[in-house]
Amino acid sequence: MSKAILNVKGLTKNFGGIKAIDKVDLDIHPGEIVALIGPNGAGKTTFFNCLTGIYTPSEGDITLRNPESGKETRLNGMKPNKITEQGMARTFQNIRLFPTMSVLENVMIGRHCRTKALIFGAVFRNPATRREEEEIIATSYDILKKVGLHKQVDEEARNLSYGAQRRLEIGRALATEPFLLLLDEPAAGMNPKETETLVTLIREICKEGHSILLIEHDMKLVMSLSDRIFVMDYGKKIAQGTPEEVRSNPAVIKAYLGEDVDA
Amino acid sequence: MFPVKELKRSFLISIWFAFLTFPIMVIKVDPIERTVLWRWDNMFFIAFGSFVISILAKVYLLRKERRAGRKKAKKDIAEPFVQRILREPRFLYPLSLAVLVLALVFPMFFSTYQTNIMTTALMYVVLGLGLNIVVGVAGLLDLGYVAFYAVGAYSYALLNLHFGLGFWAVLPIGGLFAAFLGVLLGFPVLRLRGDYLAIVTLGFGEIIRLILENWNDFSQGPSGIANIPRPGFFGMDMSFASGITYIYYIVVALVIITIFVVNRLQNSRLGRAWLALREDEIACQAMGIDKTKTKLIAFSLGAFWAGFVGVIFAAKTTFVNPASFTFLESAIILSIVVLGGMGSIVGVIFGALILILMPEYLRALSEYRMLAFGGILVVMMVFKPDGIISNVRRSYRFKKHHSKEVIEP
Amino acid sequence: MDYFIELFFGGLTRGSIYALIALGYTMVYGIIGLINFAHGEIYMIGAFTSFIVATVLSIYGFPLLAIVVIAGLAAAVWSSAYGYTIEKLAYRPLRKAPRLAPLISAIGMSIFLQNYVLLAQTSDFLPFPALIPDFEFMEPVAHIVGSSDLAILVLTTLVMIGLTFLIKFTKIGKAMRATAQDKTMAVLVGINVDRVISATFVIGSALAAIGGMLIASHIGQINFYIGFIAGIKAFTAAVLGGIGSIPGAVLGSLVLGLTESFATGYISSDYEDVFAFSLLVLILIFKPSGLLGKAETKKV
Repeated sequence: MSKAILNVKGLTKNFGGIKAIDKVDLDIHPGEIVALIGPNGAGKTTFFNCLTGIYTPSEGDITLRNPESGKETRLNGMKPNKITEQGMARTFQNIRLFPTMSVLENVMIGRHCRTKALIFGAVFRNPATRREEEEIIATSYDILKKVGLHKQVDEEARNLSYGAQRRLEIGRALATEPFLLLLDEPAAGMNPKETETLVTLIREICKEGHSILLIEHDMKLVMSLSDRIFVMDYGKKIAQGTPEEVRSNPAVIKAYLGEDVDA
Repeated sequence: MFPVKELKRSFLISIWFAFLTFPIMVIKVDPIERTVLWRWDNMFFIAFGSFVISILAKVYLLRKERRAGRKKAKKDIAEPFVQRILREPRFLYPLSLAVLVLALVFPMFFSTYQTNIMTTALMYVVLGLGLNIVVGVAGLLDLGYVAFYAVGAYSYALLNLHFGLGFWAVLPIGGLFAAFLGVLLGFPVLRLRGDYLAIVTLGFGEIIRLILENWNDFSQGPSGIANIPRPGFFGMDMSFASGITYIYYIVVALVIITIFVVNRLQNSRLGRAWLALREDEIACQAMGIDKTKTKLIAFSLGAFWAGFVGVIFAAKTTFVNPASFTFLESAIILSIVVLGGMGSIVGVIFGALILILMPEYLRALSEYRMLAFGGILVVMMVFKPDGIISNVRRSYRFKKHHSKEVIEP
Repeated sequence: MDYFIELFFGGLTRGSIYALIALGYTMVYGIIGLINFAHGEIYMIGAFTSFIVATVLSIYGFPLLAIVVIAGLAAAVWSSAYGYTIEKLAYRPLRKAPRLAPLISAIGMSIFLQNYVLLAQTSDFLPFPALIPDFEFMEPVAHIVGSSDLAILVLTTLVMIGLTFLIKFTKIGKAMRATAQDKTMAVLVGINVDRVISATFVIGSALAAIGGMLIASHIGQINFYIGFIAGIKAFTAAVLGGIGSIPGAVLGSLVLGLTESFATGYISSDYEDVFAFSLLVLILIFKPSGLLGKAETKKV
């Protein structure tokens, strides 16, 4: 197997005296869909926030490896925007779109870190800037087509349906050209039909060469999508493996169902 | 037509206001002569006035409610008239041209005095547009904007005094000084959250003013610097009147340039990032936008414009002193932005013209004009908090079925 | 050493008056998240009301004690009435408006009130009657600590204790704390949030009025413009202590008062306000949540 694109070693995050994450290891290889599951409050979102630079980890190492250039970067203490530039993008558990901007503009914002024009370009609109602007629009439109929102480009993001907003968030993250995409509960609050569209979308994205790490509570979705699953409980990693291995792991069953159940 | 219950309510309101204003409005003491003047007539005016106003406000609200109900029934909300004009190029362009022609011939038909006032108003248009980048677009509440204005004005005054530099030489320097100061201040404070930023910028504005007031060796203190030369025109000597007209045209040119630049900025990669930053900072960072850098650009650009106008201000009045750069000035510029409609260029222009020209032409009520200014701000916010003209959403034209490969970084 | 003690007490006095005003800012901010710019004007109106009432009473020959009590009560009552009215007229309709709208409304209200007092009264400085007599027992230390310093310190301490009691133990105090923490939840458990907000304005205004009367009698003169700078200083103090926190407002005010006192005493009095604002800028840069404010944890 090729080298891991994300390597997390002994990641720990303390809030005051509480260990929200306790020595968690995790790795993702190119082309994989990996799920991070666990009961509510297990520390999954905190884990995401550490990876993406919103929190600074207390201990441990996070290393990102660009699969094409092979460049390795240690992410600890990096600013969120720098991390995104390295090729890892995310969505949020409670949708964080730019509500009064249009659907297209939301995706165009995602192109920000791959484009350059500043004051000079904005004011004088030199050919390079114009080309860049066209490229931004074209790419964003293509992405919207991919996530199925190209008919609503001019709609304000807040007017979209719940499922569409989640897809727009994915589209916006894709616009940053990540090789690793982190999805925080992408199916939360979706109806079965929307979930189905989402599964197809995630598969497609993966096929196009993006690796995916997702947090999800919908077990059907997790089991059918993931190549591997990591399970967290009380901040610790309690199991990892293929869906089958995890399903039959006694520690996992105990975490989800409580002490007294016979496995 | 008007319910008795409401009349009773208005009556109670008038009694309340009569009570409320009693000590300040009715009693006037002279502590030296030790006499008391009871001005009962004032109490009557207040009671009567508040009675009438409360009825009018109620009628307005009832009508608004009824209209809102009808609108819901009709379901399609008609786009406001102004919005429609702004959206349609075939209305917008001729209209802009007409306004431009009007602006150009203005000094020929109006007195020097009127031209001077118009110059002031247009300077505030530019100040408003500059602050609009900071507050309206990027959402950074700057309450000390006047500090940058002061930097520009004093740059010209001092550089002229000590080194004899002329207006045109200082114009860019003043702007750059202000922008530099913006970066200097912005760097540590821009990471503060909104309200803290507001108070720090306010404090900063006051610091600058106090320094100008107290550091006599540097700024000549409260008495200020006089005899600042007006801008020259290839070394020509100009009469007072033509000097005024000349500055008027300089400011008109500046307004045009500013509108052009601000419009382009808003519709650029940078402008989008500002808007996004206003809406959600965390999401912005997660999308790879450098929060500090983007904010800093907005902040110092705004400062640059203020510095620019500051130089013109010094040249126009030929005199600067710290009293021109109080917090009230910042408040007025901010009010222009908010009153006009945050982020909307046309709105800011309207806001500046209304707020600056109104008090000038209200001189009949001279002493009441600041009272009216404050009152109108409150009333405007209560009845139209989005400002006069809200921003027109941009829609992008693009080639459909355009399927270029994603450019690799 | 005497000079040091003098500056120290001067700073405490100044700080405790800032605290009376800062509390109003911090309470309002804690509950509706608004910088109530007009709060400084409430304080100014309090000072004016007490000035007018005290002067009238002294002209009619009332004894000093009666003058102090009646003027203080009048200032508190009318300032509260103004605070209540302002909230209803200028802020309540804007609860759901864009974030900057209430702030502009507050700035407008501040300008309006300044000019209202300017027009109805005068733009001149008015001599404020000395409401606090020189106590005899203070004679030996009078060159260091004045009687009015002492009176202000004692009075503000009493007011603070009263306020703490009110917020900790009374029904309205509990409702205020609940509303500050979570407005939606407060509504759900049956708290009348509108009334709580009104009460906050009333209490904050009354405190500011008392502050207004004390400082006016301490300094000996007033005019329509005193509210602005005092308001900004008090807000600075509130932010310094951590806005939204009541003990923070008091601490921040004392720190600010002492800093100003020592800086003007030992360095230069020209730059009094510059010290205050520089302190604010420094604290915010190094400890953005203020001295006692809770650091915000980002919920993502």
